[in-house]
Amino acid sequence: MADYLDEMDHLADDTDPTVGDLEIQNFTINFGPQHPAAHGVLRMVMELDGEVVERVDPHIGLLHRGTEKLIEHKTYLQALPYFDRLDYCSPLAMEHSYVLAIEKLLDLEVPLRGQYLRVLFAELTRICNHMLNIGAHVMDVGAMTPNIWVFEIREQCLEFFERASGARMHSAWFRPGGVHQDVPLKLLTDIADWLDEFPVLFNDAMSLVVGNRIFKQRNVDIATVSKEDAVRWGFSGPVLRGSGVAWDLRKSQPYDVYDRMEFDVPVGTRGDCYDRFMVRVEEVKQSARIMRQCLNEMPDGPVASTDRKIVPPKRAEMKQSMEALIHHFKLYTEGFHVPAGEVYVATESPKGEFGVYLVSDGTNKPYRCKIRPTAFSHLQAMDFMTKGHMLPDATAILGAIDIVFGECDR
Amino acid sequence: MAHSAPTISSNTGVAAKLGKAIGAALIDTVEAYGEISFTVERSKLATVLDKLRDKHEYQQLMEIAGVDYPDRPERFEVCYHLLSLTKNHRIRVKVSTDEDTPVPSVTHIWEVAGWLEREVFDMYGVLFDGNTDLRRILTDYGFQGHPFRKDFPLTGYVEMRYSEEAKRVVYEPVKLAQDFRSFDFMSPWEGADYILPGDEKVGGVAPPPTPKTTDKKSDTGAGAKADKEAAKPSKRKESKAKKPAPKRTKSGTQKKGEGR
Repeated sequence: MADYLDEMDHLADDTDPTVGDLEIQNFTINFGPQHPAAHGVLRMVMELDGEVVERVDPHIGLLHRGTEKLIEHKTYLQALPYFDRLDYCSPLAMEHSYVLAIEKLLDLEVPLRGQYLRVLFAELTRICNHMLNIGAHVMDVGAMTPNIWVFEIREQCLEFFERASGARMHSAWFRPGGVHQDVPLKLLTDIADWLDEFPVLFNDAMSLVVGNRIFKQRNVDIATVSKEDAVRWGFSGPVLRGSGVAWDLRKSQPYDVYDRMEFDVPVGTRGDCYDRFMVRVEEVKQSARIMRQCLNEMPDGPVASTDRKIVPPKRAEMKQSMEALIHHFKLYTEGFHVPAGEVYVATESPKGEFGVYLVSDGTNKPYRCKIRPTAFSHLQAMDFMTKGHMLPDATAILGAIDIVFGECDR
Repeated sequence: MAHSAPTISSNTGVAAKLGKAIGAALIDTVEAYGEISFTVERSKLATVLDKLRDKHEYQQLMEIAGVDYPDRPERFEVCYHLLSLTKNHRIRVKVSTDEDTPVPSVTHIWEVAGWLEREVFDMYGVLFDGNTDLRRILTDYGFQGHPFRKDFPLTGYVEMRYSEEAKRVVYEPVKLAQDFRSFDFMSPWEGADYILPGDEKVGGVAPPPTPKTTDKKSDTGAGAKADKEAAKPSKRKESKAKKPAPKRTKSGTQKKGEGR
């Protein structure tokens, strides 16, 4: 420091009165850990040249709870609610991968009504998630009103979750073998009515932003990612599709009854933030289309497998049958045993490919449950996506990759 | 196939074809549950993955998962999950390693591997040779140990709280209000290989397969009868016994049982 002051003294003589650095140094700032636009607890160490971002080093893990380790100490059923708490904006989509992984190991068939209900609510989850993300994204770049409008739609989604499972967010409603409880008919008819109503409000909200000059200035040509880069950086979901890769696991690797559904996969053309945003807007409409088909084709029958060695019996049955009582007791204490083996099951969660790598050693607890979060690879690319953009663009980029830290940090 | 999990393109012939492509580096191929895993030699990993990406269209690296098998000589398994967008197919490539031997990094093949390798390093302590940024990623700044190893306790070693005296966050050893309970659901009738309480008396080995009988007196394990005189209560004790001893109530015995 002393040398530096000497140097400054020397420089600030009468002939050259400039005080300060000869070379302008880059400025390093902390973005977060508590920042309203960080969508959670994200700390980014940013190196700025003026207002232009030179380098970004995201520090994640501030919400690390050791979910994977906890799951190793729980039975398969007890581990299920941890998945709700991963991506708490789309809880049912998280459960979906996990229950499918268990069913794959058990080779368990899910009755058709169970599969339809899962797809119906997985798509409702997608709408619910996109409402939050779209709203948050537009608010990050300065618009207030659309966020409040789409939050109303999100609230209606959460009410449907509550009516189906009893919980607004952490439903734990998808179970190995089907879903936990059947839904009342009135709920299905109400969802059908809602599917006609909500696009009006949604389209109104979107009409405020999609053609808006300020919104476009903040998003178009920001963080352009080429197809090749998107593939090499392990992108998935709307971020990959925004870069023009027509890849949707619901289409290419269908699970449950997605192979019976008719829907389009929207793709972007330029791979910028605006495309990612628009892909989500279109996905909401496609999800509504899938939900309508589900409601039209919804068959009758059981909602969960009747294999009593895996799916517990209903309470009414337990009052009558000793056998059912024994099954219930065994399943809620010891749980079911899963044959040894390993599977990797990935589904199209609203944020991208959400995978579960499940290793079983034949006992009633998973030996290893590796969760593949969608945000991990997207956030890793923050550095190259933000480089050369302005500091306020970082919030737009973060909003467009749709990160939630429950899932990223696990 | 009864389950409704995601379907991929047919596996027919893929294992053989890719096994041939991997060549001498291949150690084992397992095809189960409709998924193919290749175990390859650690030193050849980068070459193999490079070949799979460029020649066999597995463009995306979706996940690197570490698994700990403490019984194996090389305890860690690192699993690379590859996805082919063009062939609509998934495969898994595995290598095994131990605490000290590094695995070649694949960051030069896929940029995404950077953080994925950091995570495996953080959680298991597996080293990656060639990853220039091998820092911890998910655990706290200054964290010690590798939490997902099977020998790392679920509760961890330290806990953190805000100290009003120190006016900052302090770390302390974990104190549990009750012992950590881990229930064992293995049935002793289904070949549990652990030692039941009491087995350690016979040298720590599991009980013999033949069940214990008490048909003969010698089988009971009781010693020779004690001397009659010695069995008699002494006078001092007798006088004490005459006093009304504190009644052993039912609740008293129950309390004793609870302590177990």
